[in-house]
Amino acid sequence: MHELAITQSMLDLVLEQAGKVEAKEVRKIDLVIGEMSGFVEDCVQFYFDFLSKGTIAEGAALSFTMIPTRARCRSCGKLFELKQFDWTCPYCQGNSLEITSGKELFVESIEVE
Amino acid sequence: MEIKVLKDILDANKQIAARNRQWLDSEGVLAVNLMSSPGAGKTSLIMATIKRLKGKIKIGVIEGDVSSSLDAETVGKEGVPVVQINTGGECHLDANMVSNALSNVPLPDLELLFIENVGNLICPASFTLGEHKKVLISSLPEGDDKPFKYPLMFDIADVVVINKIDLLPYLKFDTDAFSRAIKGINKKVKIFPISCATGQGVQEWTSWLLNQMSRR
Repeated sequence: MHELAITQSMLDLVLEQAGKVEAKEVRKIDLVIGEMSGFVEDCVQFYFDFLSKGTIAEGAALSFTMIPTRARCRSCGKLFELKQFDWTCPYCQGNSLEITSGKELFVESIEVE
Repeated sequence: MEIKVLKDILDANKQIAARNRQWLDSEGVLAVNLMSSPGAGKTSLIMATIKRLKGKIKIGVIEGDVSSSLDAETVGKEGVPVVQINTGGECHLDANMVSNALSNVPLPDLELLFIENVGNLICPASFTLGEHKKVLISSLPEGDDKPFKYPLMFDIADVVVINKIDLLPYLKFDTDAFSRAIKGINKKVKIFPISCATGQGVQEWTSWLLNQMSRR
């Protein structure tokens, strides 16, 4: 459900940036989304198609770069990718972990005409 | 033409949150964002806190709900100022909704403001409101596996209140394993096991709150 609010914020941000260069059309939007933030691509796409109607971003292609959740073990210091619901270090079985990536949520770039 | 943006999608929310924070700071009010799944005890914790601290400090409440004003009515009976936000379907509060609500809260008369978020363990984690402390309430009937299922929520919390501990004899819930799991995700988090029903542990929680206020 929060994809609606997120997509609206994303669209506002894109239109603001496109407005700064007086773009006539937004062709592509590159998004970087961390797995942990819980955003579903299809859902963002669905809301985007709906919200962008009648704006210069209508029809823009959305490109998603999904960032897996990675953590550093506080016991052995090793870095690894977290499997869902498995909060254990695969090297030393420690379960005090520091999340190092997977919370990203930003617009990397846009392509405008 | 390609334009590098590199901007947080929630940048607008964060900016409004920063303004809310400044506003609260200028009025000397400590704001606490209460988050949990539905029924974990957000309203009960507010009620238990008001009962214990009434007459000592001045408390106000912003109640966020998808619809209805049931919680606001419950809390209002305690004689504290309450402002209701109905999100109209949105599953979380955002900084703008709180900003609007703040205009209707008598901030100069308050020292502590509870912001009761919408019952949800996912979305509220992404939307900062300008609060000073994020408090997550996790109750025993929800199960002790929640930190692994909702790591982001446990990661961002300053405090986890484990509510309904009076039900421990009736439930399979490993409090130690639960606390270890939370600390594994979030090293700095404070944990308060309490029961809003019996009052057990509420004093430790309110002492912590008072301590936070005296530090400001």
